[in-house]
Amino acid sequence: MSIHKHRSEAMRLIGLVPQELNFNQFEKPFDICVNQAGFYGIGRAEASQRAEKYLKELRLWDKAHLQARTLSGGMKRRLMIARAMMNEPKLLILDEPTAGVDIEIRRSMWQFVSGINAAGTTVILTTHYLEEAEQLCRNIAIIDQGRIVQNTSMKSLLATLDVETFVLDVPSAPGVLPVLPGVVLRTLDDHTIEAEMSRSHDLNSLFAALSSHGVTVTSMRNKSNRLEELFVRLVEHGRENAA
Amino acid sequence: MSAATNLVALNTIVRREIARILRIWTQTLIPPAITMTLYFVIFGKLIGSRIGLMHGFTYMQYIVPGLVMMSIITNSYGNISSSFFGAKFGRFVEEMLVSPMSNWVILLGYVTGAVTRGVIVGALVLVIALFFTDLHVAHPIITFVSVVLGATVFSLAGFVNAVFAKKFDDIALVPTFVLTPLTYLGGVFYSVDLLGEPWHTISLANPILYMVNAFRFGVLGVSDVPIVTAFIVMLVFVVGLSAVALRLLSRGVGLRS
Repeated sequence: MSIHKHRSEAMRLIGLVPQELNFNQFEKPFDICVNQAGFYGIGRAEASQRAEKYLKELRLWDKAHLQARTLSGGMKRRLMIARAMMNEPKLLILDEPTAGVDIEIRRSMWQFVSGINAAGTTVILTTHYLEEAEQLCRNIAIIDQGRIVQNTSMKSLLATLDVETFVLDVPSAPGVLPVLPGVVLRTLDDHTIEAEMSRSHDLNSLFAALSSHGVTVTSMRNKSNRLEELFVRLVEHGRENAA
Repeated sequence: MSAATNLVALNTIVRREIARILRIWTQTLIPPAITMTLYFVIFGKLIGSRIGLMHGFTYMQYIVPGLVMMSIITNSYGNISSSFFGAKFGRFVEEMLVSPMSNWVILLGYVTGAVTRGVIVGALVLVIALFFTDLHVAHPIITFVSVVLGATVFSLAGFVNAVFAKKFDDIALVPTFVLTPLTYLGGVFYSVDLLGEPWHTISLANPILYMVNAFRFGVLGVSDVPIVTAFIVMLVFVVGLSAVALRLLSRGVGLRS
């Protein structure tokens, strides 16, 4: 369907949550949602039911009849998502929906977005939080200065990362770290060591070497910036090529 | 969109506009009522009692239709310019621009809201006028049509003003420097037949003269201009301004960056 030739039909399928707040602050969340449905030709009875449903799902129902200007920043962002859901779109475009919101609200928004995606709505998410993209997205496009420098599935993008970094918690970091071929070890602080190694390298030899130096590993985790590393690499590579 | 869904969208804008008028009634309904009461007391009673008959009516009776029309025009204009510019300023005009609604539905919705405010204020002023003088509407249909057409012309003009406005000052410029002078010189307080040349001919170029006189003809049965000419002028303005407003909306002037 062409958005130029069949604008009305195409717009009916799209929901949009812009980055900037763009609702009438003097109206009530319930009215904002019902009016938005009205602009899509949805009658008031149906619109009222949908407003209740989405305001409840986004935990705004208790604020539904207060002026929108009295809501907190996170609530205002959730209100924009509820409003965008009023026409029950097939494609939901979210432009940095979690910018500046606290962790709890961000997680609840992620949960809601994952839920509607599982229910069949395609979601396009613009974000600067790469952790968010890694958790939520199946496909990813990386844009640098208006140019798409990568457009692929998240799985295949992460597979291109040939180096992995682990963070190891130890009771006491040794003064001198063992030297292991293919592994770069760094002491972060008295209780933490970082190990950067090829994905093909086995972990057993790392643990054996540490053990032989009297280092006991109490716990281990992936460094959670895989996508960030890739992003920086892709953008820098793109800029070098452009130069 | 189908006719039924367009109707729902239109109804939504009109309801929102009327809710706005009622929500801020101390700004939208009370000030014109107070201003016009003062006009009736000062010009109608105190000064008007020293002025003779005009077209066979007392001065008070003569100025009532002009003042009612003046309220309708200024309130229709003020409603749409502040409401649509407010939607632009607060960015919630985007709610409508991203929807499947047609541009003519947006325009008609805002114009209907503005005409509604004009009619409510006009009715309020007319009721206040009845405390000062007796009035018998000579031609009810002409009265009604001239109210709707006059309010529509200035709603459309206010919409165009709001589209071009970049700051709140811009929506005050036209009423201050264009609308108010034209209204006062448009035969609200006097018959243009009293003017000598060239002022009589110059006055005929003022569109507000035709609106005031169409309404005055509807209420009192007298007019300075032929009633057919008055309606043709109003219709030409409605068609012309509608075309301009729709063109601006479709090109996104002042709306899309």
